This record gives sequence, structure tokens and C-alpha cells, in this order.
Amino acid sequence: MPTDQPGSAYDLSHADQTEHRATYAVIVDNEPGVLHRVVGLFSARGYNIESLTVAETDERLHASRITVVTSGTTEILAQIRAQLEKMVCVRDVHDVGRDPLGVERELALVKVRGAGADRVEALRVAEIFRAKVIDTTLESFIFEVSGAPSKIDKFVDLMEPLGLVEVARTGVLSIGRGAERHVKGL
Amino acid sequence: MTAHQTIQADAASKTRIMTGAEIVVQALVDQGVDTLFGYPGGAVLPIYDALFHQPKLNHVLVRHEQGATHAAEGYARSTGKPGVVLVTSGPGATNAVTGIVDALMDSIPMVVITGQVPTHLIGSDAFQEADTVGITRPCTKHNYLVKRAEDLPRIIHEAFHIATSGRPGPVVIDIPKDVQFAQAPYQGPDEVRHAHAYAPQTKGDPARIAEAVELIARAKRPIFYTGGGIINAGPRASELLREFAALTGAPVTSTLMGLGAFPAADPAWLGMVGMHGTFEANNAMHDCDVMVCLGARFDDRVTGRLDAFSPGSKKIHVDIDPSSINKNVRVEVGIIGDCASVLEDMLAAWKGRGHQPNRAALSVWWGQIDDWRARQCLRYRASDEVIKPQQAIERLYALSKDRDVYVTTEVGQHQMWAAQFFRFEEPNRWMTSGGLGTMGYGLPAAIGVQLAHPDALVVDIAGEASIQMCIQELSTAVQYGLPVKIFILNNEWMGMVRQWQQLLHGERYSHSYSSSLPDFVKLAEAYGCKGLRAERPEELDARIREMLDYDGPVVFDCRVEKAENCLPMIPSGKAHNEMILAEEVEDIGSVIDEAGRKLV
Repeated sequence: MPTDQPGSAYDLSHADQTEHRATYAVIVDNEPGVLHRVVGLFSARGYNIESLTVAETDERLHASRITVVTSGTTEILAQIRAQLEKMVCVRDVHDVGRDPLGVERELALVKVRGAGADRVEALRVAEIFRAKVIDTTLESFIFEVSGAPSKIDKFVDLMEPLGLVEVARTGVLSIGRGAERHVKGL
Repeated sequence: MTAHQTIQADAASKTRIMTGAEIVVQALVDQGVDTLFGYPGGAVLPIYDALFHQPKLNHVLVRHEQGATHAAEGYARSTGKPGVVLVTSGPGATNAVTGIVDALMDSIPMVVITGQVPTHLIGSDAFQEADTVGITRPCTKHNYLVKRAEDLPRIIHEAFHIATSGRPGPVVIDIPKDVQFAQAPYQGPDEVRHAHAYAPQTKGDPARIAEAVELIARAKRPIFYTGGGIINAGPRASELLREFAALTGAPVTSTLMGLGAFPAADPAWLGMVGMHGTFEANNAMHDCDVMVCLGARFDDRVTGRLDAFSPGSKKIHVDIDPSSINKNVRVEVGIIGDCASVLEDMLAAWKGRGHQPNRAALSVWWGQIDDWRARQCLRYRASDEVIKPQQAIERLYALSKDRDVYVTTEVGQHQMWAAQFFRFEEPNRWMTSGGLGTMGYGLPAAIGVQLAHPDALVVDIAGEASIQMCIQELSTAVQYGLPVKIFILNNEWMGMVRQWQQLLHGERYSHSYSSSLPDFVKLAEAYGCKGLRAERPEELDARIREMLDYDGPVVFDCRVEKAENCLPMIPSGKAHNEMILAEEVEDIGSVIDEAGRKLV
């Protein structure tokens, strides 16, 4: 039986142990330490963080948007959400991953080094992925590519045999489609 | 403070420019604070200077900052008002951390003001600098570093709002010394605009309440499982619980934190639930068909083995903290709200629909409960030679119950025996460290209780190990003329550690003997308290009376049986219906399996 059940010294053996991925948009008061509060919650309670992005999105309303990608069983995900909502600095938590209208995008900078056929092939793949070349030397490119996280994964995989040197990714951003605002507190 | 007084104070303060330190003091006065617990130091001197001129605030000087936080907890728990603490930067703040975590775990409203080095020195490893907001971020409900004196009025008033509303908890306000000197306009509680829109839900969803009441009405084997949330919801919640329990005819049990919400003298009272709860309470929890959890959180000390926890019941959980619902135990009906408000609505729904309990089924249920009660799970073997710890508490209870009595405890066997053998008829009478289990809590907490209730009898039921963790506060009790009674069950062992080593670690008593104990009678006298000792059963009553009749602080060294185990007990990793009673004690070690041994 698993014994890593957060929140208890005992285990929930009757619970569904299948892990799911979730993306939450967390709207917080923009004040010092707020990111630490959110990150600290995840580490203190043993929750996963797969990616996390944060920036002030509304200066007038002192609001920042934290997009966090996490994973866990249905019970854990519900706990994560409830624990986030309970924080004094949190205005709203929106489950953008579960939202059928949600879109997820990520940006990556990918450095590739090579010559000859590999160099040509890298440029060709970049075109297919609509990646931009933002820096070039005679033996390297830096590509800027954006899209769903899975698309970035695929791009990076393809670059691997062509001389992949280094990858920088922003982490996932997410927003709901359509004309309506999907989060409160803004 | 009355509304009228508040308005007057506001009018007087509206346009006043004050220093940050004066703002702190004025804001405390306007929040109705009458007592604060603190210890001065370099980084809070301006606030202490402002306190010097403010007769409305009674500052109590403790001997260690941990004492200040526990005293504030005792004050808060016994009055329902927030406890207030004032300490300096660095070690002042870090010493306060234990009490802050304790308040977080037990949902105690508390506002802790800490001094900080001046803003221009923050981050320079200045003398007595510590990252107080960083250290306390995970152990507070919320915390602040105040960078400008202009923000102080809002932050202090907001801190009180956050500490006392929703699920109560500690809030830390860290104030750099230059901010205490800087000048800014003061604003009263009604003038400030809160930066955080903190408005927790207090009223339960009517549809869920109707569903819950329907379940209770159809129940054949109902039980109320109540916790500290009833106490936090105020005395009205306890009254409503009594009324609802009487209407439904259901038995009531409670967690350690909830003792007193339901009267121990009521025939429907089953005693405490959990690891050292009663046989009848735990078996009733296991076998019930509808469990009504009010303001408790399915803590591991209550549930025992989770996959065998009350397997056949439908569960209703009322909690003001949404994250408590479905955290450890999945429930059928979760109701977010304040216990008093939800109980009010439950009662109205019950009466409105003309529900009647199923009397035939209840009578069978009570028959079963009476069988469990007949096992007399708290029975112990008295002796002519040596005082049994259970007997000491029974006699203390018998001799003090007709007085206006408040009880605090330290942590360990004595705490569990106190919970089992001292009986509480009212809320706010029992102060103990439940969630964090902090040895050293009881004496300072008793000081806080005594300050709030000067004419009451306040007893700290202690162990000889725990009491030494904050013993220095005896000096505080003497300074302020607080007649607290420290009743030490002295068995010369860290009893609960010794018990676990006996039962789970092959009787290897590793570092659990309290060697080189002080002479507690002489120690009491050295502090200016009265010291008493009882060593034989026949002198117990007379000594207890002497303690109770003495007008001043007393340290009572009650020498008890050294090897007594605290029973009954749900062994680690076992279910409620696998409780071990005193007569089966030899078997405990053998019934705990490998998985259970790894649990706390």
C-alpha cells in the first residue's frame, strides 16, 4: 500500500491512486513574498510542481497571475486547490487545464549546434514548427518556438540528434477562450 | 470596547499624525486589546516607549518569548478574544515560532508583533536580524513586513480581522525600527481599506444542510463527533449542540480540542474519541451509520487506521475551512460554514420539517453503547502504597469541580489522563496543545487564562518533564500575583515516550528517564511560590485542598506510580474497534504490525 498520502500519517488505500495532470491559474495579490507562499505550500505538503510561471498582470489592481502545472490523484488535486484558495493572498483559482475552453502555451529558446546536412535539417524542422531564428553563427542557431507544451517537447526531441545544446522554457501559460473573463479577482 | 467608544476613539484619532510605534499602540487599543504578552529588545524599544504612556494596555512581561505565545493562546482560548504578543527581532521572533505553530495547528486567534532591524539594514546580517516573515510564512495564517508607517493602521486592523475570522490563526506583523519612528496619519478600524478581500464563508449551503438533517433523521446509529471548531464558534455553538443532540437523541463524543463543548455530565456524553479516547466512543464511531462531524478535522489521532475508519457510515462534515473537508476522510455531505450558524440552520430545518428520531432504532443503539460502557475502559487498579496518576486527577477533579475552574496541560501521559478523568461541563475551560503537542504549553497558558479570569481557579496539569520546558514562567506568575496551580504528575519518566518504548521498542528505554530532577518544592520556594508534595495515597486529598485554598501560585509535586501506562489505547495502525484495554496491556506490542511501528 502506498504510504505517501499527504495530510495524514495513514494511507487512503480505498482511494483512486491514478495521477492526473492539472493546470491552475492562481490570481494573487501582487505583494512581496506571494510567490514564496504558493511555492512553499507545494513543498510543505509534498505536492508536485511541473512548471510555474508568474508575472504581474494588472498593475492597477495589484494582481499577479501564477500558472502552475501539477499532478496528483483526484483527492490530492482537490486538496491543492482548496489549500490555494484558503490563502489570504489568493483571489481566485481557475482550473484552466480541465476547462474545455482553455488554451495552454509555452515559449522555448532552443540552441542547436551543427554543420552540413544537420544544420540544414534543423532549419527545415524549425520551419515546420514555425520557429523563429533569433540568433545565428556559422555553426549554431537559437530558435524561438511557442505552442502547446507537447509541441515544444516534440521540437526538442527532433533537435536532439541534430546538435541540441541547450533549452530554456518559460513554463506553461494558460487562458480561457472566448470573450468572457474566466477568473475572478481581476 | 463598545461601538460608542470605538466611534469616540476614531473621532479623536482621525487626523492625528503619530509615530509608527504610537500607531501600533493606538490600533491595539482600538481593537479592544486589554492584555498583551511580551519581552522587550532593541528592535521594539520605540513600541515599548509608546506603551509606557498607554495605561489601557496591560503588558505582561514573560521570561521567554515562547511563554508569551502560549500565554496569549491561553488567554485567547479561554476568552474567545485574540491573544496579542509583542517581541523583538531575531531571537525574540524565533523563540516565538513554537507558539505560533501551536496556534496555527489548534486554530487559535493570535496577533504577534515582532520588531525588525531598520529597513536599510534588512538583508545585511545586522545584529539580531532574522528573516522573520520568511521563517513564519509557513507557520502563520498570514504575515506582513511593514515597509512604510502609512501602511501600519491598515495592516494592524487587517491582521486582527484575518486572525479572528474564518478558521482562526496566528498573524505576524514584522515592523522595522525606522518604521516605528516614522510619522504617519492614524486611521481607526472602520476607516482603513483592507488590501486583502478576505471574507470566508460562514453560512452553510441550505441544500446540503437539508440533506444532512434528512440523513440524521433517518439514522439508526447516529453519532456527533465534535471538535475545537465548536469552541471557536463561540458559546452559542455549544448551546445549539446540546439542543440538537437532545432533539436527535444521538450520543456525542469529542476530540481533545473540543472537550467542554458538550457537558460531561450529560448521559449522551461518551467521553473523548481517538487514540486514548474511551472504548464506547471509539466503538460507536466505528459502528455508527451516520457520523455528524462538527468542527473537527479527522486528525490521525482521532481516526486511527484510515481504511478501517467507520466503514459503514455516511459522514457529514461541517467545517469553516473548505480544505479540511475530504482531506483525510471522504464524506458524503460537506458543509462549509461556522458551526454556530450551521447548527442554527440544522435545528431550524429539523424543526421545520417536523423530524422525529427513530426511537426504536436509537434504543437498540443505546443498548449497544451501554454494553461498551460496561467494559469500564478507564478502570485502573488503585493502590494503598503509591498514588496512581489517574487517581490524582480524579481527586483533583472531585475537590475542585465546584469552583470556577480552568485547566491547562502540558503534553504527554498526564495530558491524556487529564482529558480522560477531568470532566468539563462548559466550553473554554480546557486549554491544551492538541495539534502540535507542545511540551511547555501548560504553565504559560495558565498564566494567560488567569490574567483573563483573575478570580478563577486555574490549574496546569503537568508532567515533571514537560513543566521544565517553560518553568521560568513561574517568575511571571509571581510578579503579577497570579495564583496558578501547577499540578505535576511526577513519575520521573517522559511517560508517553517510556510507554511507547515499552510497547513498541522492546523495553529499550533510550533517554526517557528524567534524571537529576530538581526538588520541585524547593524550586517553587526559590521562585517565591508555595511548594507542596504528596507521596502516599492517604495524604493526597489534604495536600490538594491545601493547594486549592492557598492564595498564590503553587507547585504541587505529586509523586505517582512510575510505570503506569495510559490506556485504553488504539495501537498505531489499528482501527477504532481494535482498542486495547488495560487488562489486555501485555498484548499491545504484539498487535502492532511493522507498518504501525513506523507511524507516529
